[in-house]
Amino acid sequence: MQVPAPVEYERATSVEHAIGLLERLGGSARLVAGGHSLLPMMKLRLAGPEYLIDINDLHGELGYVDVGAAEVRIGAMARHRELLESDPLAEVFPIFRDAERVIADPVVRNRGTLGGSLCQADPSEDLSAVCTTLGASCVIRGGAGERVVTMEEFHRGPYETAVGDAEMLVEIRIPVRPGGSSAYEKVERRAGDWAIVSAGAAVWLDGGVIADARVGLAAVGPNTTGLPAVSAALRGREPSEELYERAGVLAAESCSPVTDMRGSADYKRHLAKELTKRALRRSVERV
Amino acid sequence: MTTVDERPAGFENNDHKPVGHGRMLRKEDPRFIRGKGRYVDDVQLPGMLHCAILRSPVAHARIVSIDTTAAEAHPKVKAVVTGAALTELGLAWMPTLSGDVQAVLATDKVRFQGQEVAFVVAEDRYAARDALELIDVEYDVLDPVIDVRRALEPGAPVIRDDLDGKTDNHIFDWETGDEAATEAVFASADVVVSEDIVYPRVHPAPMETCGCVADYDRIDGRLTLWSTSQAPHAHRTLYAIVAGLPEHKIRVISPDIGGGFGGKVPIYPGYVCAIVGSIVTGKPVKWMEDRSENLTSTGFARDYIMRGEIAATRDGKILAVRTNVLADHGAFNGVAAPVKYPAGFFGVFTGSYDLQAAHCKMTAVYTNKAPGGVAYACSFRITEAVYLIERIVDCLAYELQMDPVELRIKNFIQPDQFPYRTKTGWLYDSGDYEPTMRKALEIAGYDELRREQAERRACGELMGIGVSFFTEAVGAGPRKDMDILGLGMADGCELRVHPTGKAVVRLSVQTQGQGHETTFAQIVAEEIGIPPADIDVVHGDTDQTPFGLGTYGSRSTPVSGAAAALVARKVRDKARLIASAMLEVSVADLEWQKGAFHVKGDPAKSVTIQEIAMRAHGAGDLPEGVEGGLEAQICYNPENLTYPHGAYICVVDIDPGTAQVKVRRFVAVDDCGTRINPMIIEGQVHRGLTDGVGMALMEMIAFDEDGNCLGGSLMDYLIPTALEVPDWETGFTVTPSPHHPIGAKGVGESATVGSPPAIVNAVVDALKPFGIRHADMPLTPSRVWDAMRGVPRPPV
Repeated sequence: MQVPAPVEYERATSVEHAIGLLERLGGSARLVAGGHSLLPMMKLRLAGPEYLIDINDLHGELGYVDVGAAEVRIGAMARHRELLESDPLAEVFPIFRDAERVIADPVVRNRGTLGGSLCQADPSEDLSAVCTTLGASCVIRGGAGERVVTMEEFHRGPYETAVGDAEMLVEIRIPVRPGGSSAYEKVERRAGDWAIVSAGAAVWLDGGVIADARVGLAAVGPNTTGLPAVSAALRGREPSEELYERAGVLAAESCSPVTDMRGSADYKRHLAKELTKRALRRSVERV
Repeated sequence: MTTVDERPAGFENNDHKPVGHGRMLRKEDPRFIRGKGRYVDDVQLPGMLHCAILRSPVAHARIVSIDTTAAEAHPKVKAVVTGAALTELGLAWMPTLSGDVQAVLATDKVRFQGQEVAFVVAEDRYAARDALELIDVEYDVLDPVIDVRRALEPGAPVIRDDLDGKTDNHIFDWETGDEAATEAVFASADVVVSEDIVYPRVHPAPMETCGCVADYDRIDGRLTLWSTSQAPHAHRTLYAIVAGLPEHKIRVISPDIGGGFGGKVPIYPGYVCAIVGSIVTGKPVKWMEDRSENLTSTGFARDYIMRGEIAATRDGKILAVRTNVLADHGAFNGVAAPVKYPAGFFGVFTGSYDLQAAHCKMTAVYTNKAPGGVAYACSFRITEAVYLIERIVDCLAYELQMDPVELRIKNFIQPDQFPYRTKTGWLYDSGDYEPTMRKALEIAGYDELRREQAERRACGELMGIGVSFFTEAVGAGPRKDMDILGLGMADGCELRVHPTGKAVVRLSVQTQGQGHETTFAQIVAEEIGIPPADIDVVHGDTDQTPFGLGTYGSRSTPVSGAAAALVARKVRDKARLIASAMLEVSVADLEWQKGAFHVKGDPAKSVTIQEIAMRAHGAGDLPEGVEGGLEAQICYNPENLTYPHGAYICVVDIDPGTAQVKVRRFVAVDDCGTRINPMIIEGQVHRGLTDGVGMALMEMIAFDEDGNCLGGSLMDYLIPTALEVPDWETGFTVTPSPHHPIGAKGVGESATVGSPPAIVNAVVDALKPFGIRHADMPLTPSRVWDAMRGVPRPPV
């Protein structure tokens, strides 16, 4: 058994309570939601917060998945399993179900949350790539009120986010546009492993032509990566294998993978291309 | 109450409750299924303290100083012990299982990342761990030796400068076979194929890590050690030798064990630390490794860099095999193998084929990596041997453009050649290889698979079919050839039948999940006709069981299984004498029918074994010269090893875009001689096949150039899940061992040995369109992609 260092524990009863505790305890405190990233790091003594503020009781307040006509709003405490099983969400953004099927295992999915996944800011994390692909924005609340940031602003580097010491992520907002669909592709060494590379794609068609498209990659850079160059290359064109190939090549050129135990940088670049193609193809087929 | 051993649905071939051999549910499962197993970590003693070990963060460094002041000041800490303190007790170094010494706690240098440097004993596990961070060690970092190929280069840092006069990193050279004869055959052969083949370092990774509870009684000098041990008796003797404690005052208890796979054969420094901790504090001390400690410091396996060469005629008659091996043994030579076999049983690398000559040359070296080289479900390095021959035979098939099955069948040792003496001196006891191969082909539908493959290839799909055929050598001794530090590999066994006809059999071997409580009850049941449910199997406690060398190298059934059968026959022989008195006929007029003696020609006149048991303990007359009681003991010394064999076929599909390998089908036909409980055999085979998928596709303990272990958690060291393996298709043939009392050969490691080459052969076969003849494990997507581009890379 790996044992963490001593830690004080508080259980928040509301978002205000959690933020109040954070204001009082400062940078020595960490919020814990599902705990599947933070607790292993504490047991390995890679993380050593003095205080844990457990926000699992906020699931009632922040566990919603609201699919509206113009916008999807998901509470930061929505659990992986709830995202996996939500039919309305799969209807507008099938990419969520694609991704959730290959995130970790049922035990982790029962407990892990969307907010926790994004705040961990692991460059290999799948939901961050999904949110990047969909152009999501993040609602951050602090003592002074709420602010909304884009995914690009949210992630500031590996394991680093825009959420301040006395703030918490409370909601993810994703715009819904007509004529769209999406897909997620992941290659892993073994079921439940972090991605070697993942690619998400979302396309919006208008009269057989791509009105807009977005691609997001995981595990090929310091953060999950949105690729504006790919979007620009796809807009206004008719979907075709040649176009997917072109997008794949651009994706491979735009990322910065490193060689590690999961694979060589060359292989990861190849996967960025291959998975971008596959995700775009599947997205278009689904529209 | 529902009993777990009720016949479940779908168990059509279940004999249900055989009195003897046959399919039955495991007797031990109710407690495991209900969470009532009792493992070392479940042991709680009054006043028990907890031990945690400080480990080296670097691979190679001189220890300048250790300051334990702050740790000792921790309010919950009872003792802090360093190598210097152990030196005073004469316990800083201990012998390994292969004649080397290993540091219990580092005194001069640390020699691998994760090496034990100091330990803390504290009131609880958390405090012990916290106090480790209060110990201040100053290291003078030295250049490490990580690349095994450079370990013997002049000027390489000398790792083992603790050994007198040591000026390099050489451990041993070892040779087998006839070099000149092999060279002569190679020189005149039509075809010679060579390949560099790496079997990477892997780890047994049992679910339960290693650990112990040491309880030293200062009053009477008695040490009780609950320990994760596959060999409790051997461990007790070694503790007596190492620690200087009298052997009769040591009791080693190995309770339920959560997997061993060879990793629980050695004695690790942690056990010694806990014992010292208990001696120093006078309290029971528990030490349980965490997962990272288990993966980074306890016995690894494999790590052989092999050059394989095979010589053959143009039409596919294999003439000779030779190999040159560079073995990475880590910082201390801790190989768990019989003393006369520094390379284990690697000498069976000639495989299942009738050869004219064979030769192997091996060099073993020290590196700054964890020590070990344990018999990880490998029957003492047979895993490496079988992988080498089965890979190189496939390379030959590739060059000859011959079907790999046809090539194998053409070269099999024939049934009338057994017992067969191999060119490296091993005497294969029995075998009938072709029917086993044919059975596998039939289950797989081999010809149809090849047709499908041709069609798929034509469409650009990557489908591969891999075959392996293995012969293992298991069941060590005999004692004259095989020992561990002088302890001969023979096993005791005791059987006592109680007055009411229930029985207890006491074994020296120790189960780690193999189902001994069922298998051994069935072996005894088969011989004396007492139902398995009425036979208690006692094992894992040196105070309660006879001496023997333990469970590894698939030796439980071949050695202790034989002992159990023979001790039961001894009891039966005595029962026969008593029966003759009870039935008032001569012994010659009695006939045995499982469970009872009856008078020849008059089956109605009979006495059951239970009735005989009561008579043996009762007040009635016994025949002259027959003592009361119904029990016997034996020590079985095997005449030879047993040689199980098997034919495995694997079908894989590779995604041409991502290079991901999917194992579609796997057919395993095993011949382990007489089958005692087919369900347990299938379970063993399923486990080993899963293990094979892990090694072939994902597992490897890797190091960076500084010697940092890159596989220190199960997030980094991947083991397969149900999603990576297919539904296993198993079959069997039965070729009994001629020298074993019941003809059983052992099966525990067969699938681990036989499956990796089948999987790798299948992947390489799938990659044939790319002109690939060999690619090394682990065949991760990235490494397969390298191979597809024509640049397969060795993993080290």
